Amino acid sequence: MTGTTAGTRPPTGRPAPRTVLRARRIGAARHLGVGLLLVGTVLPLLPLLVWAFAGQWRYPALWPAEGSLRGIRLLLEPRSQVPQGLITSTVIATTVALLACVVGYPAGRALGMHRFRGRRAVQFLLLAPVIVPGLASAVGLEVFFIRAGLSGTVAGVVLVQLMPTVPYAATVLGAAFANLDPDYERQARALGAGALQVLLFVTLPMLRPSLLLAGLFTFLISWSEYVLTLLVGGGQVTTLPLLLFAAISSSDTTVAAALGMLMIAPPLVLVVASTRLLSARSGAVVGMARL
Amino acid sequence: MTFGGTVAVDDLSIAIEAGSFTALLGPSGCGKSTTLSVLAGLTTADTGDVLFDGTSVLGVPAEHRPVGLVFQKPLLFPHLSVADNVGFGLRMRGTATRARSRAVGEMLERVQLAGLGDRRVGQLSGGQEQRVALARALVLEPSVMLLDEPFSQLDSTLRGQMRALLRQLHDESGVTTLFVTHDQAEAVEVADSIALMLGGTLVGHGPPQEFYTRPASLAAARFFGVGNEIRGRVGGGRFTTGTSSLVVTTDTADGDAVLVIRPEAVRLDAAGGGAAPVTGVVTGARFAGTHLRVDVELGGQLLLMQVPVGHRITVGETVAVELPPGACTVFAVGEA
Repeated sequence: MTGTTAGTRPPTGRPAPRTVLRARRIGAARHLGVGLLLVGTVLPLLPLLVWAFAGQWRYPALWPAEGSLRGIRLLLEPRSQVPQGLITSTVIATTVALLACVVGYPAGRALGMHRFRGRRAVQFLLLAPVIVPGLASAVGLEVFFIRAGLSGTVAGVVLVQLMPTVPYAATVLGAAFANLDPDYERQARALGAGALQVLLFVTLPMLRPSLLLAGLFTFLISWSEYVLTLLVGGGQVTTLPLLLFAAISSSDTTVAAALGMLMIAPPLVLVVASTRLLSARSGAVVGMARL
Repeated sequence: MTFGGTVAVDDLSIAIEAGSFTALLGPSGCGKSTTLSVLAGLTTADTGDVLFDGTSVLGVPAEHRPVGLVFQKPLLFPHLSVADNVGFGLRMRGTATRARSRAVGEMLERVQLAGLGDRRVGQLSGGQEQRVALARALVLEPSVMLLDEPFSQLDSTLRGQMRALLRQLHDESGVTTLFVTHDQAEAVEVADSIALMLGGTLVGHGPPQEFYTRPASLAAARFFGVGNEIRGRVGGGRFTTGTSSLVVTTDTADGDAVLVIRPEAVRLDAAGGGAAPVTGVVTGARFAGTHLRVDVELGGQLLLMQVPVGHRITVGETVAVELPPGACTVFAVGEA
C-alpha cells in the first residue's frame, strides 16, 4: 500500500485513516466519472426514443401531443426500402470487416513482429486514410470504378470502404503481434506443426481477442459509412445511413428517429458483447502501448 | 549423431553420442542457443551439415525432425489446457483421441503432474509449467531432446529438483539429450559429458572430470575457475618459474608458458623431499568454511592453495608445496 501521508504509520498495521479516506474519494470520483459518461451517452438517445413513437410533437411542448406507430410501421414496409437497407448494410459491413482483417493481418504482422527500415513511415502511411478526408480520395477512385464497372455495385462499395477500415485492422493486429512472443510459433513448429497448423492452432487462437476487436472496429466503421457509399454506390446501393439521411432531409423526424434507433441497435449489441475484450489485462490493449 | 556447421561466424563441429546426456556449456552469447536452433531446424546454418545417425537432415524442416525442444520460457499455449498442451504434438501428427489421452495421462504421471490435465496454464507455478513443457516434448518420443537453459528462470531449490527429474527421465527413456547452460556447476552435476563453447567454437568435449584435471585450453580452464595461472618457461620436460623448477608432462613446444593448477590440487609438502617441491612464502591465510585458503608467493607470482582447517599456517612463513604433474596443465603463451 503506497502511503500518501507524510506522517507516521499507525502501529496496528492498518492503513492510516487519511489514506483510507483518500482512497474512498478516488473511488467516488471514479464512479462519478463513469456515471457522467453513461449519462452523456444515454441521455441524447432518450429524445430519439420518444421521437420514434411520436405522432405530433411541436415546440414548445415537452412531450409529443400524440403517440403513433407510424414510424415503426414504415420501417417494416418493403416500399420504404428499410428491410433491404438492413440486409445490404449487414452484408456490406460483415464483408468489409472480414476483408479488412484479412488485408490487415499481414500488414499487422509485419509491423508488429519485425523491425525493418521505414517501419515508421509505413505505419504513418497506413494511417493516411484516417487523416486524409475520405471524400477527397473517393472522388478520384470513383473515376476508376466507373471505368472498371464497379460504380453502383455492392462490390464497389465494399472495396471503397476498405479505405477507412484497413488502417484500423492493421493497427489493432499490429499491436497484437507486438505483444505476441514469436517463440510460441517456433515452439509449435518444434512440436511438429506445419505452417498452416501453426496459423490455425496457435497464432489465430492466441490473437483471437484482437481479431474480434479489429472486426468490431471495422464493422462499426462500415455500418455508419455514408459519404463513400453515396459516392460509389450512386444511389443504387441502399444502406441504412443513406436512408437515414434521406429521412432527415425530408424533415420526417419520426421516421428518422425510428430509423436511427434501428441503426444503433446492432452496434450497441456488438459493443456490449465485446466489453470483456476491452479489459485492461487483455493482450489487445497491452499490445497497443507496445506498438 | 554428428554435425558440423557455421554458428554465428565461427566453425563448429561436434559429435554427440547416442543416448548420452551432454551439457552444452558456455557463457551467454557464445552461440549455444543458435546451435540448438540449427539442430532443431529452426535456423539454417550458412555452411555445414547436420547429421542424425549419420544421415543428413539439412533439408528436413523443423516440424519433421525427430527433435524435442524445450526453451527457457515454458511457452505453454495459453488458450489450451495442460492436457491439450501436452497432447499438442500428437494432435498435429493426427494421433487418435483415445491414444492421445492415454499417452498424455502417462506422461503427466511421469513428470509428477498426474491429475492436473484440466488446469489452465495461468493456474500453474513456474516449476509446474516447465514440467508441462518437458512432458509436451517427451510425449512425442523424440530421438533427441534439446533443452535451452530450461531451468534458469526457477529458484535454486526447484532447479535442483528439475535437474533430478530430467536426469531420471533421460535414464528411463535413453533419449539423447543436449542440455544448454551457462552454469558450469549445473553442467558438472547433471551431464555425462560436457561440450564447452567459447566465442562460437567448441573448445573442449569430454567427461566433467577432464575439465578439472586436463582443461583443453587456458580459456576453458578459466571458465571452470581454475584459480592458478603461473607464468614461466617450458623446456626439457620441466617447467621453470623464478627459482622453482618442476617436472611436467606436456606436449607444448619449449618456450614461454603458463602452468595451470586447481587450488585444491596443490599439496603442502611438510616433510620435504617430495616429488616436485617448490618453495614460497605465505602471504595470506583465510578461513573458507571447509578449508583454509592460503596465498603463497612464488617468485613474484601468486599461488592459491587449500589446506585442511586444523593446520597451523602463519603469514610470512616459508613453505614447500608440491604441484603434482598429473594435476598440472601447461599451455604455451598466446594459446587462448
